[in-house]
Parts: sequence; C-alpha cells; structure tokens
Amino acid sequence: MTSTGSAHRWLATAATVALIVAVPAALPAFYVTLFGYVGLAALVALGLVLLTGISGQTSFGQASFVGLAAYATTLLTKFAGAPPIAGLAAGLAVTGTIAWLLGLVTARLSGHFLALVSVAWGISFFALFGTLPWLHGFNGIGDIPPLRLGPLSAANQRVNLGVIWSVVAIIMLMSANLLDSRMGRAIRTLNGARLMAESVGINTVQLSRAVFTIAAIYAGLAGFLFAHFQRFISPTPFGLGISIDYLFMVIIGGAGYLWGAPVGATLVVMLRDQFNDWIPRITGRPGDFELLVFSLMVILLLQRAPEGLLPLLLRLVRRPGTTPAAAPDTATPALATGTGTYQQTTPGDELLALNSMSRFFGGLAANRDVSFAVQASEIVALIGPNGAGKTTLFNVVSGVLPPDAGGIKLFGTDATHLRPRRVAALGIARTFQHVKLLGARSVLENVALGAHLSGRAGIVRAMLRLDRAEEAHLLAEARTQAARVGLGGVLHMPAGDLPLGQQRVVEIARALCLRPRLLLLDEPAAGLRLPEKQRLAALLRQLRAEGMGVLLVEHDMDFVMQLADRVVVMDFGQKIAEGPPARVQSDPVVLEAYLGGVA
Amino acid sequence: MDLFVFLALLQDGITTGAIYLLLAVGLLIVFSVTRVIFVPQGDLLAYGALTAASLQLGQVPGTLWLLDGASAVALGLSLLGGRREALRGVLVWGLYPIAITAAVVILAPRQIPAVSILLALAIVTPMGPLIWRFAFRPIADASVLALLILAMALHFVLIGAGLVFFGPEEASAPALTDSSFDLGMLTVSGQSVAVLVCCAVLVLGLRWFFGATLQGKILRAAASDRLGARLVGIDAATTGALAFGLAAFIAALAGVLIGAVTPLSYDAGFDIGLKGFVAAIMGGLISYPMAAAGAVLVGVLESLSSFWASAYREVIVFTLLIPVLVWLSLRSGSPEDRA
Repeated sequence: MTSTGSAHRWLATAATVALIVAVPAALPAFYVTLFGYVGLAALVALGLVLLTGISGQTSFGQASFVGLAAYATTLLTKFAGAPPIAGLAAGLAVTGTIAWLLGLVTARLSGHFLALVSVAWGISFFALFGTLPWLHGFNGIGDIPPLRLGPLSAANQRVNLGVIWSVVAIIMLMSANLLDSRMGRAIRTLNGARLMAESVGINTVQLSRAVFTIAAIYAGLAGFLFAHFQRFISPTPFGLGISIDYLFMVIIGGAGYLWGAPVGATLVVMLRDQFNDWIPRITGRPGDFELLVFSLMVILLLQRAPEGLLPLLLRLVRRPGTTPAAAPDTATPALATGTGTYQQTTPGDELLALNSMSRFFGGLAANRDVSFAVQASEIVALIGPNGAGKTTLFNVVSGVLPPDAGGIKLFGTDATHLRPRRVAALGIARTFQHVKLLGARSVLENVALGAHLSGRAGIVRAMLRLDRAEEAHLLAEARTQAARVGLGGVLHMPAGDLPLGQQRVVEIARALCLRPRLLLLDEPAAGLRLPEKQRLAALLRQLRAEGMGVLLVEHDMDFVMQLADRVVVMDFGQKIAEGPPARVQSDPVVLEAYLGGVA
Repeated sequence: MDLFVFLALLQDGITTGAIYLLLAVGLLIVFSVTRVIFVPQGDLLAYGALTAASLQLGQVPGTLWLLDGASAVALGLSLLGGRREALRGVLVWGLYPIAITAAVVILAPRQIPAVSILLALAIVTPMGPLIWRFAFRPIADASVLALLILAMALHFVLIGAGLVFFGPEEASAPALTDSSFDLGMLTVSGQSVAVLVCCAVLVLGLRWFFGATLQGKILRAAASDRLGARLVGIDAATTGALAFGLAAFIAALAGVLIGAVTPLSYDAGFDIGLKGFVAAIMGGLISYPMAAAGAVLVGVLESLSSFWASAYREVIVFTLLIPVLVWLSLRSGSPEDRA
C-alpha cells in the first residue's frame, strides 16, 4: 500500500465513523428501522461479494446461516440467560462449523453444484426452523434480550443502528484488508484460474472452503445482530426467497466490489419498500406484482450491466481521463543480479528424471516410454512437431496429469503421484502454453502470486493487517523478479492489457518468484520480438549460471539451438533423439520427423 | 406399516418419481446444450397443469395472453432481421399463436379433457423458446453462475405472473382416465399407469429423436462441444431454442400428468422442479440413466418419509444429496478450471 492509499483509507474510516455516529441520531424513527435492515443485509451481501464476485462460487442459502446464528443466540440469551457475547460466540461457531462441513462436501465440485446444493440446505434448514418443537415454529420467539456490554444496554434502536453500521464498516475494512494480501490474491485465482493457482502452491480446495466459511460467518454475524435488533425471530426471514434477495443485492450493487454490498443492500431494501407502497396503488391489487417487477429489473441488469450498478455510478462520478494514475513506484529496489536466493543446487545434481514414463488418452499414447533427465545448471529443450506430446509431458512432470506407467523422480526422490501443489513446494515452477493470468489484476499482483509459498500469513492475519511486514517482503520479491524480466515499467498495468508475448514474460516472472530449482517453460519465446528473445535468452543463461535447471518447450529453432545444452526430440509421443544441439540437428531420424524424409 | 400401505406408498412414489425423471431429463437437455440450469422449469410445470385446469373449466387461461404478447414482440424482432428470419418469424410467432388462440376460443367452452390437455401443451411449450429468446440468448456466453442467477430471477417473474393468471387457489388438471383396477390386494389407479406410460413413451421418443433425427444429432453435437458445433455451422441460437422447447414441452406434460393426481397452486412447481434437480445432480448433470435411478429413488423416499415423518420430508430428500455429492467429489480428479 502506498502512502496516498493509506491516507485515503484513514480519511474514509474517519468519514464513516462520523456518519455512523451522526446519522442514527438524526433519522426519523421509520428510517432507523429501515437502515438497520439495510446494514444487516449489507453484512450478508459482503460475504456474497467475496464468495460470488471474487471467488466465482455462489450460495442460495445465506439466509439459513443468518437463521442459524439468530436461533443460537436466542436460545442462549433468552432461555439460558447467557450474555449476548456468548450468543455471538455460539452463533458464529455454529454457522462456521456447518458451513465448513457443507464446504467439505462441495468444495471440490464446480461452482454451480455449490449453488444447487445451497438451495437444498436452504429449504432443509427452513423446514427445520419451522418444525423443531424447541424453536417454537412459525409462532416465533419474542422478548429476546437487547444487546448489552457490561452496564450498557442497547434497548434503543438508534444505538442498535450505530452498532450495526459500525460492524458493517469494520467487516468492510477487514474484507478490503483481506483482498489486499497474499491470501486475497490467492482467493481471486479461484474464479477460473485454479490450475495456475495449484501450480504456484495454492491449495484451492481448502481456500474455496475457507471463503465459503467466511461468507457464512458474515451472515451469522448479521443473524446475531438481527435477533437482538428485532428482538423477535421466526423462520420467515430465513427462507430461500430471502437468500435469493441477498444474492440479487450483490448482483445489483456489483458483485466484484466490496462497495457493491452496501449499495446493493440499500437499493434493494429501499426499492422493495417503495414497491410495496406504490405497486398495489397502481394495479389496485396487492400480491406478487412487486416481485415480478423487481425480478424483471434484475434480469435486465444481468443482461445489460452484469457488473452491477456500482461501476456505472463510478463512471458517472469519475469523468473520463481523471482516473487517478497509479502512484509512481518508489519502493522498487535496484535490479537484482545473481541474487543467490534460489534454493541451492550443485552443478550435476539430477533435478528431474523420467523413467519410461507413459501417458495415454484412451487409446492414444500421448507419451510412451519417455526417459530423460535434467540436471542442475543445464538448459534442456524439448522439441518436436505439433502433437508430439510435449505439453502432456509438461503436465505430467508438474503433477497435473498422473502418468499411466513409469516413474518420475524429482531431486532424487520419487514424485510419480504428486499433486501440482506438492510439485511446486519442491521447487518446480512452470509457465503455461495458453497464458493463465488474472487479466484484470496488475502485473505486480500476478507476479506476486508466485511468491505465495514464501509467505505464511493466513486469512485472519490479513484481515487484521498483521501481515504487512511479510507482505512488503513478498511484493519486493515480486518487483525484483518483474524487473529482472524487464517488466519494471508496467508493474501497475492490468496484466490482460499487455501484448501476448509480454504476458508470457509475466508468467516467467511469476515462476521465478517461486524461487525454483527447476523451471518448466512452455513456449516462452512465442510472440516475442527479436530483442525481447535475446533478453530472455540472456536471463535463462544467467539462471543457469546460478544453478537452476531449465526445461523448455519451444518452436523457435534459432532460439533453442543457441541456448540449449541438450535437446530432446519427440514425435508421436516417443523420444526419437537426444543430444547436443549440433548432433540433433544432423540426426536423420529428426530430419525425417520434421521434414517427412530428406530428398 | 403393513404391506398394503407400503405398496400404496410405493405406487405413489414411483408415479412421482416418473415425474421427477421427466424434469431431470429436461434439465439435462437444457444444461448440456446451453449451460443454463433451468430453474423455471418447475414453474412451467405449474403453468401446464393450471392452464389445462382453467381450459377444462371453460375459461381462457392467462398464459394464452402471455404467449400472444411475447410472440408479438418476438415477431416484431424477427421482422427487423433478414428475410429468412422474417419468414420463419411469421410462421412461428405469427400464425402459430393466432391458430392456438382461435382453437382455445372455439374449443375451450366444450370442456373436453383430452383437448384441454393438448391445448395446454400447445400454449406452454413455445414459452421455452421465448424464454431462451428474451432471457438467456442475450447473455448466452456468460458464466454458468450468471446464467443460474438469471434463471432464479426468471423463476420469480414466472411466479409473479402465475399469481396474476391463476390466482392463489389450487386447481386440478383433467385426468386422462378415471379408471382403476385391482392388482392383488392393491388398487392401481389408471392415472398412475398413464403417467408411467407417458413417461416411457417420452423417454423412448427422446431416444429416437436424439439417435435418428438430424435435429437430435445437432443437439447432441452442441451438447458435447459447443465451440466445435459452432465451427461446423450449427447455430447456437437454434439449438438453444430447440433445447428450451423440449424442456418446456416436458415440463408442461409433467404438469398435466401430476396435476391430475395432486392439485397444484401457481407456486407449487418450484419444489417439484427441485426434486428433479436432486435426480439430475445424482446423474452428475451428465448421465441420463443415473438421473433416472435418482428420480425413482427420490420419489419413493419422499413418499415413504411423508408417511413416517411428514414434517421432515423435505429435509430427508435433500439430505440424500450429501452422500451423492461426496461420491462425486471423490470421483472428480484435480481441480479443473471453470467455465
């Protein structure tokens, strides 16, 4: 975070505090209640922003989490006489645990499974709230004690409103902190870049479960406040329809933005209120008309402005051309050369050894009996015509595909069945033939993803901003590697805006952030201009001098032949030649494969 | 519980299971071709049942005006397109609704059950392609999640409209047959048999459609590889309309069948549709035979649990999902990137 950024942050916090104190005192009573509901809804919606907008999952069951916490605190405070703080702890524990268990079941499946299953549990919990005798069914439970802290009691709704919005502000700040951290970057990869995430060592299954649990805990927090704000609960506000309303709030506000949550919550709650007033007056009959009109609006919005209203509003406020330019990057350290920070190797160490490895797709042998090795301080090029099985081999080595026969040794130990995440942890980094970047995020953030494994700070530390020292260290590493590959000037550009060749270079910088002993590059020179290729070659030579092993797939023969120590040639899934570039170039078998026979 | 009760419950369960199976098939067709999780299918089921019910009372159902209105807009849009599209538009969105409207006005007062049922199918089926045209086609390339959220919004639109058309009361669709016969100690209702027969005919018909007709093969191509199908000239707009049309027909048929067994209200379709989902999820959203087994299991389990613990019926049915999902989870390999 730059200094202007933190100044903004403090200013925003101060303004928010002033609002939270001043507004509840001044509002008419009707709006006190209304804005209370807005704040509670915003809390639930914040969880959905993290879940839906940022990590690409969704839930139609958030209202049941609100209900779980509301019932938990009610049972404890009203019937067991416990203080609200115990109700809070119980509520959050219940929602968190149940969400974690539900996540255990669905986190490995595609996003829409979670969504469908959430409908099921939404209905199940609602049915339980209505039927379990000790929850008093649809008669509900009244006279829930108000919030109190020591001698302070919040029987006054204005005080409650202040409490609710303070919680909203704190949760927003914590969520913003989270997104601006190592774990936040990792969470963004969950939305469509999981393969890449695993290749830099991120445990995507565990992380998506964690995001889901956070969203549920936010909902639980809202449930706790709801019970003590309304002081009466029944199953009705915890049904499926309400869950879907929360989701609509996020869609309307802007699912990709934290501010989308309060904006969406405000719009939906106010609009619903107005609709309930006006539509029966126009149509002359009460009923589901407001739902009809409201849902039609949501459909139009999804079609016309899928990003939600917040970006549209921002565009109105911010005239074109006045978008604040990224602050100049003063913290970039000098270009590092020969840092020696990589995991140590001695020349001649065997980094990778393939032993008769085969991989089939149905009847097709993408790799058959392939054996070769890569040593420290060595650049090995893997070449062959299209369809020779080079990318499959990369995927097998990096753990994405398990081999069907034969073995793989990494650094002398068996690694035949390791998952990509474990392979990354061993010190192997890779790039992808089809570039896998977070296109909307900055080059710096993309590169920093590669440093994921060198950080320790988890979600809680990030939320409480206790991760700053480590974060600075990670970002410095990312800057170093970005500068090293020549991206120092575009650190703050969205990675997707770079030309394709440069995007490949971003992937290389990300891979270097992993501080690998072995680097796997899939067509790194494709799309690069000559000077850029020369620069890349120089970098790879330097990495070799530092002891790194490099295995690269490349079609540019000039590039390969000048750079590689050894060349492995594949055709139809089999290794057909191996040796120094000069010898491979004159090998008749290789010429046959490439040119279909020599005249 | 004695054997008699058990058999009666089993009969109930198999009948509703067949309905869930129909819905699961419709869901799978739409999902595999367009990636839309067709939540409003259950609402079209209710539309089918209630449209048939109001025709049988000699009334003109509100869904007819919905069809006419939406068709008129679709007609206007297709007239703005090329000549071929305009011609097709006049046929599909011009002449067809006019013919149906005329048929309803003439035939509805006679209150013949079979005619009411056929007209209800004719009114509700085109709503599938219309839903595709207006709701999903404009964002056909959006993520599965965005399409799902849109489907959820559409469900509320149809519920709201359903209340306007049919009012809050429950109604029964006309039965295909009132007969019943004794099978050992059990009385089997003719309508249950009719449901099973219709279900079997439909499944066989679909098999033939997907195996032997060009349209069916086009749908299969679009389902197995959307991009590839597009590259060989298969138009996503057409396949989408076809898939939604099939699903709407299936839903309407399921509606008139189940509507004769259980009275339905305008908002009853969602729950029934969800059971179809449970069945479809059991098939992993890809396998038809697995979904069929799931559908019967859901139907029977629901019927049995409504006897033992009726308050917890829904909970029991949905809890069934958990072992299925665990199994699917364990089967899925490394995390794949999501569309």
